[in-house]
Amino acid sequence: MLSFVSISDASTYVQHHLNHWQWNVITGQFNGDAGFWTANLDSMIVSLFAAVLYMGFFGWVASHIKTGVPGKVQNSVEMVLNFVQKLVVESFHGKSKLIAPLALTIFIWVFLMNLMDLLPVDFLPETLALFGVSHFRSVPTADPNITFGMSLWVFVLLIYYNFKAKGVFGLGREMLTKPFGKWLFPLNIAFRLLEDCVKPVSLSLRLFGNMFAGELIFILIALVPWYVQWTVGGVWAIFHILIITLQAFIFMMLTIVYLSMAQDTH
Amino acid sequence: MEINLTLIGQLITFAIVVWFTMRFVWPPLMANLDARQLLISNGLAQAAQAATDLEQAHAAAKTMLDEAKAQAQVLLEQTHKRSLVLIDEARSDAQEEGQRMINIAKNEIVRESLAAKESLRHQVASLVVAGATKILGKEINQAANQQLLDDVINQQL
Repeated sequence: MLSFVSISDASTYVQHHLNHWQWNVITGQFNGDAGFWTANLDSMIVSLFAAVLYMGFFGWVASHIKTGVPGKVQNSVEMVLNFVQKLVVESFHGKSKLIAPLALTIFIWVFLMNLMDLLPVDFLPETLALFGVSHFRSVPTADPNITFGMSLWVFVLLIYYNFKAKGVFGLGREMLTKPFGKWLFPLNIAFRLLEDCVKPVSLSLRLFGNMFAGELIFILIALVPWYVQWTVGGVWAIFHILIITLQAFIFMMLTIVYLSMAQDTH
Repeated sequence: MEINLTLIGQLITFAIVVWFTMRFVWPPLMANLDARQLLISNGLAQAAQAATDLEQAHAAAKTMLDEAKAQAQVLLEQTHKRSLVLIDEARSDAQEEGQRMINIAKNEIVRESLAAKESLRHQVASLVVAGATKILGKEINQAANQQLLDDVINQQL
C-alpha cells in the first residue's frame, strides 16, 4: 500500500486506477485500445456478476414464495417490490406490464453495481493483479458504457411509448405544433428532439458522473497516510452509502417519469 | 470516457435482466402479494363477522336466560297458588272429617244414652216391681201392670 507518496507516484497511482481491463477484440489481446472494438472486461464482468446476483436472489425468492406468513427474506423482497410498485402506480399514468419490472431491475441492479464502490479501492485490482490482470475498475456504473447501455433502452422505450400512446399522426402533430403553435414548427421540432435526446444522456451521465467522482475521491483518499484514512475514508464511505442508493433511486424514478411523460400529451 | 463494445454488451445484458424480471420475478411475487392481500382482507372480514356473531350469540343467550327466569317465576307463582289451594282443600276436608266424627260421636252418645235409659227403665221397672212386691207382700204381675209402670217411669225419667 502507498503511504507517503510523491506527486508523480500519486499521479501514476490515480492514472493506473482509471484504466480499464480491456480486451482488444480485433487482435484478441488484453492490452491496447482498438477504439470501438474494445471491451471493458472489468465493467462487463462486474455488471454481469451484479445481474446474476440480482436475478439469482430475486428469482430464488420468487420461486419459493409462501402466501401465508412470509419469512424475513421474502418479506424484505416484498418490501422492495411494494416500494417500486407504489412509485410506478403513482408516477406512471397508464397500464404497462413492463414499467414496474423495468423499474425494479434498474433500482436493484444499479444499486448493486454502485455498491461495488464501497469495496476498498485496491481490493479487487490488487487481488486480480495476482492472476495477471493489469488493470481493474470495480465500479461498472463509473463506466459510461454501462450507464448508456441502460439509458439507451430507456430512450428506445420512450420512443416506443410515444408512438404507442399517440400514433404516428398524433406524435407528428404534437412535434410540429407544441409548444409554440404550428407557425413555429421548425423551432418546435428542434425543441422536441433536443428535449427527448437530452433525457437518456442526462440519465446516464448523472449516474456516471456521481459514481466516477465517488470512485475518484476514494482513490485520492487511498493516497493519504493509512492512519488518517479512516477519518476522510469513513466519512466519504458513509456519505456514499446514501449516494449509491440515491443514484439508483433517481435512475429508476426518472425512467418511470420519462416513460410516463412519453405517454401523456404535452 | 470512450464508448466501445462494452455498450453493446450492456445493452444485451440489460434486455436479458429486464426480460428475466418480467418473466420470473415480478409476476409471481406480485401475484403472491395480491393473494396475501385478499387473504388478509378475508381474514379481517371473517374476524369482524365472528365478533358480530359472538355479540348476537351473547344477546340470544341473554334473551333465553331472561325467558327461562320469567318462566321459573311463573312456575313458582303457580306452585305457590296451587299449594295454597291444596292447603285450603286439606283444611276443609279435615274440618268436614272432624265434623263427621263429631256427628258420629254425638249420635253414638245419643244412642248410648237412649240405650242406657231403656236399660235403666227396665231396671227401674223391675226395681219398682220388686219394691212393691216387698212392700205389699205379694207377687205383682209385672206384665199386667206394665202400662202403669211405663207411665211412671216415663214421668220420672
